[in-house]
Amino acid sequence: MVEEAQGTVFGRAQTAPVGGRGRRSLVKGVLSHLALTLMALTSLAPFVWMVLASFKPLEEVEQINPLPTVWHPENYARVFEQIPFARYYFNSVFIAAWVTFLQCLTSAMAAYAFARLRWKGRDTIFRLYLATLMIPGVVTMIPNYTLMVWLHLLDSYIGLIVPAAFSAFGTFLLRQFMLTIPPSLDEAAKIDGASHWQIFWDIIMPLSRAGLITLAIFTFMGNYGSFFWPLILIKSDHLRTLPIGMLYFDTNYGRQTNLIMAASVMNIIPLVILFVVSQRFLVRGIQLGAVKG
Amino acid sequence: MSVLPARKAGDERAIAWLFLLPNFVGFGVFTAGPVLFSLVVSFSNWNLQRTVPFQWIGFGNYVELMHDTQFWLYFINTLYLMLGMPVAIAGSLALAILLSQRLRGIVVYRTLFYLPSITSGVALMILWKALYNPDFGPINAMINAVSEALGLKVKAPEWLLSTANLLGLEVEQVRVSMKQFGLGARDALIIMGIWIAIGGNNMLLYLAALTNVPQELIEAAQLDGAGKWAVFRNVTWPQLAPTTFFIVVMSFIGGLQGGFEQARVMTGGGPAGTTTTLTYYIYTKAFEEFQIGYASAISWILFAIIFVVTLINWKFGAKEVSY
Repeated sequence: MVEEAQGTVFGRAQTAPVGGRGRRSLVKGVLSHLALTLMALTSLAPFVWMVLASFKPLEEVEQINPLPTVWHPENYARVFEQIPFARYYFNSVFIAAWVTFLQCLTSAMAAYAFARLRWKGRDTIFRLYLATLMIPGVVTMIPNYTLMVWLHLLDSYIGLIVPAAFSAFGTFLLRQFMLTIPPSLDEAAKIDGASHWQIFWDIIMPLSRAGLITLAIFTFMGNYGSFFWPLILIKSDHLRTLPIGMLYFDTNYGRQTNLIMAASVMNIIPLVILFVVSQRFLVRGIQLGAVKG
Repeated sequence: MSVLPARKAGDERAIAWLFLLPNFVGFGVFTAGPVLFSLVVSFSNWNLQRTVPFQWIGFGNYVELMHDTQFWLYFINTLYLMLGMPVAIAGSLALAILLSQRLRGIVVYRTLFYLPSITSGVALMILWKALYNPDFGPINAMINAVSEALGLKVKAPEWLLSTANLLGLEVEQVRVSMKQFGLGARDALIIMGIWIAIGGNNMLLYLAALTNVPQELIEAAQLDGAGKWAVFRNVTWPQLAPTTFFIVVMSFIGGLQGGFEQARVMTGGGPAGTTTTLTYYIYTKAFEEFQIGYASAISWILFAIIFVVTLINWKFGAKEVSY
């Protein structure tokens, strides 16, 4: 269903009638492609520089010639020799995966209550809950830090995962998806004697798959790159995530731009792959998130 | 997992609360509670280093804040860094308009434009720090090469090392002078910000909104003899108003809280504090100087500013938007 909707969002642009005719529209097309290509190159250029720099010896990074005279793939291996980069990778993925799983579960449950159940005050409470998205992160950051101190959860996986496991945004996003499921399905299941948990788990969850995938991608990407919270929470090296590890690699290991760029490339690659694979869900999710904001 | 007992229709409130429980407990513990806690703490002199005895000081922090020149300078920095916002939004709209035509390779363009915002974060900021390096970075290498080729004697900017800026703001005092005019650290961050944002979420939102503009309206206007610009101004732009409104509100909320990563990763808040934003100031007060009470007060002022700005946006923006 969502895939169809996705098709209409971008499909219509493709099938819309051609504006100009003949030579004029050809010129217009060429000019548009020119502008778009120029912009695409601007987007891409820093990444190209980063990849090329990651294969250069240090002294060549600082020269203007774009290509390395000799390619040095061993730069990548040297990153692993200098810092526990694999460990950082694992930590980032491990933490982001747990946060994603928990956030999808708690958000889906809340979204079920807001989208599929009838109760007094539902919409008022939903709007109030949504309004809390305006609270700036820095306001809660300091008290949450002191809370972690009291609970002795500084420098722990639990401290990194649990505070991020609840999301008003996720609830909102999944509610929008669940509202599109026809109510007759729940009614029929209720008549058959299904419990609410069964309706939620066996009917609504599978039908919300597209929404769950969208939220999962958002959450995973957001937490993979999360910076502020791990920065203040983590003290020991073996718990550092990629962004924190990168930060200290950049500041504490002297000037070795080529290795830092190699680390950056490795940091970014999973995100690029994830985006290319999942972009139709992501695009749809971003657009849906704003429709009824 | 345990199975919840089925209930009769109309009696769903208890069930609803059970389903809301995990989320609301988390919200209470990690959001609502902390918000109140930070408000309470902002009336104290609480310092984690325990060099000063704990004391309730009423509005002391807030009074001190009003006389804190740094606070005002960093507030101005925060606003200055938001100057890129209208450029980025207009750029997103322009790209979306280009992409909404019937062209080949739309998905490829879209992917490339989106790349910076999907990878944004520490890795990207470390990359830009290298790009901006005044002596070895490729940006200045290009500027120097071009200026040499043209026989100009342009001095390339010092970027992240310079306090210069396009408004000529003075360092460490709220004043303007021509000596400060130029390109510096703040402008570098703005340029990077535009590069990240222009092809990101806002462009996707505009793209969706553009495909939803009723084709009949555009054709009707064209039949009435309206030119391209007139069609855009009188048909497309008003139809995009809800999207623009949403984007502006979100940009303000994000911009007022922004600048932390850039400051922590790229500049350390410098040179001379010129890239320290309110969020970074709160961070340094709380986690480097351990003045939890004072930092909480700043964060509440920031909260209040965001709240007021959002209200103003609603008051004036909602009029433009016809649902």
